[in-house]
Amino acid sequence: MSAPTRTFQRFTRGRRLLRFAVYLLSLAAVVVSLRTVAIIPEFLADAPHQMLDLLTRMWPPDAGHYAKGVHQALIETLHVATLGTLGTVFLAVPTALLATRRIVPWRILNRLAQLILVSSRSVNTLVWALLCVAVFGPGAVAGTVAIALRSIGFVGKLLSEALAETDTGPIEALRAIGAPWPSVLAKGYWPQVQPAFWGIILFRWDINVRESAVLGLVGAGGIGMALDTALNLFYWDRVSLILATIFAVVVLMELLVTVIRRRIL
Amino acid sequence: MKSIPSTAYPFRASWPARIGWAALLLYTLYAMASLDFNLGRFISGFGNGALFLGRMWPPEFTRWQLLVEDLVESLQIAVLASAIGVTLSLPLGMLAARNLMPAWVTWPVRGLIVLCRSFHPVITAILFVKAIGFGAAAGIAALVLFSIGFIAKLFAEAIEEISLKPVEAIRATGASFPNVVIFAVMPQVFGRFLNFSTYQIEVNLRNSTMVGIVGAGGIGGTLFAAFQRFDYDFVAAILLSIIALIMVGEALTDRVRTLFQ
Repeated sequence: MSAPTRTFQRFTRGRRLLRFAVYLLSLAAVVVSLRTVAIIPEFLADAPHQMLDLLTRMWPPDAGHYAKGVHQALIETLHVATLGTLGTVFLAVPTALLATRRIVPWRILNRLAQLILVSSRSVNTLVWALLCVAVFGPGAVAGTVAIALRSIGFVGKLLSEALAETDTGPIEALRAIGAPWPSVLAKGYWPQVQPAFWGIILFRWDINVRESAVLGLVGAGGIGMALDTALNLFYWDRVSLILATIFAVVVLMELLVTVIRRRIL
Repeated sequence: MKSIPSTAYPFRASWPARIGWAALLLYTLYAMASLDFNLGRFISGFGNGALFLGRMWPPEFTRWQLLVEDLVESLQIAVLASAIGVTLSLPLGMLAARNLMPAWVTWPVRGLIVLCRSFHPVITAILFVKAIGFGAAAGIAALVLFSIGFIAKLFAEAIEEISLKPVEAIRATGASFPNVVIFAVMPQVFGRFLNFSTYQIEVNLRNSTMVGIVGAGGIGGTLFAAFQRFDYDFVAAILLSIIALIMVGEALTDRVRTLFQ
């Protein structure tokens, strides 16, 4: 009896070649970028000195400025993030329903809703903020609308995935007893997607608090405005105070979201 | 035999839930008032919006050379930041995994990762613009920190979820620590690591188009300048090319992900 000549290979030859091509192309992309990117060596050589200068200017943080110029802006940022998240619920839930084929069986409407979701996600929050500042004028309203518009894509996509994964049993049962569609939605789909829904909203709320902190850089209100002013006037001790505030809020937010998630899910 | 009470109603709203909803409504009204939301502003906003869209159309592509140059710089920033960030995340993620390392190693590393993750890349970009000057280098540095914050965290969590049986088996053969990592840990987590990395490339691509707003290279600077000059038809052209770039990037990383599954 001869020994088996076939050796085990996990992937086909084509796949291995493709994988190799991906590795090669990634390496090539890195090398090409490294050789062509416009980096000024003098600036890099100067960096440690500049970094030290920056840190000495930032220390100690101007804690006295908090009550005067930062607290109000911070509250505004939190309002922008929370209201933006609430607003997005009203926009994202209908879009998610429209995007789910199981709920709305018209392919054109599905595609349209998916297009809305994709375009909302492809445009960065800062770009949405720039557009909203042009439309609503500088201030927190523009920031709130920007946060709401940016979050539609994220919330809508995840919610529509959750809706598509629901168990068909309860829905068929409801349909069979002749329940109208609002009841099917409220008693068939909602109880099943509820945990996912709260999870998504909390997750996005957390992200929105981080993102709303930079909206002010383009004039859309919140703590970013205070940061922008301090930067433009070279008040580095105020900059460090604002950065420390943002850091504290972000960490607290993460803790809060973890606690709420554990409580309700 | 106990019978089910006939009043059982499975979807009854509880009082805490009702109070919660009422509180949320009150908060919304209060916050809207404090942010100066009002109907007049929205109505005039829609008028402005129509005007604005009219000025954006048709997009102006005559300065396409500048556009391509900036897009290429954004792409370079994204590629380099992803490469450096992923390479640094591998050891950092491992150092932060609590089942591989003692507490005195994981805590400082975890702190570093949290610090990297807390700030929006645009904020770190501001600091790096001051430290290493205007241009792509600042953008790359900012996105490297941001990538570490995400991939190292997810990677550490992935390592903490591994099965310890292969680790024990490899240890029992008297393997050294690097060998334990290479033969027991990496095979279990490398697929997920690749997944996080391709996802991070997408995120970096999106953000590399933004760091330019604060002068850290890429197309963001041109976009912001066009906005400030009210050059809205050029803005439309830039936005369309950014969206196209991001969609192409997502399609590519999607293909790569299916290839490596």
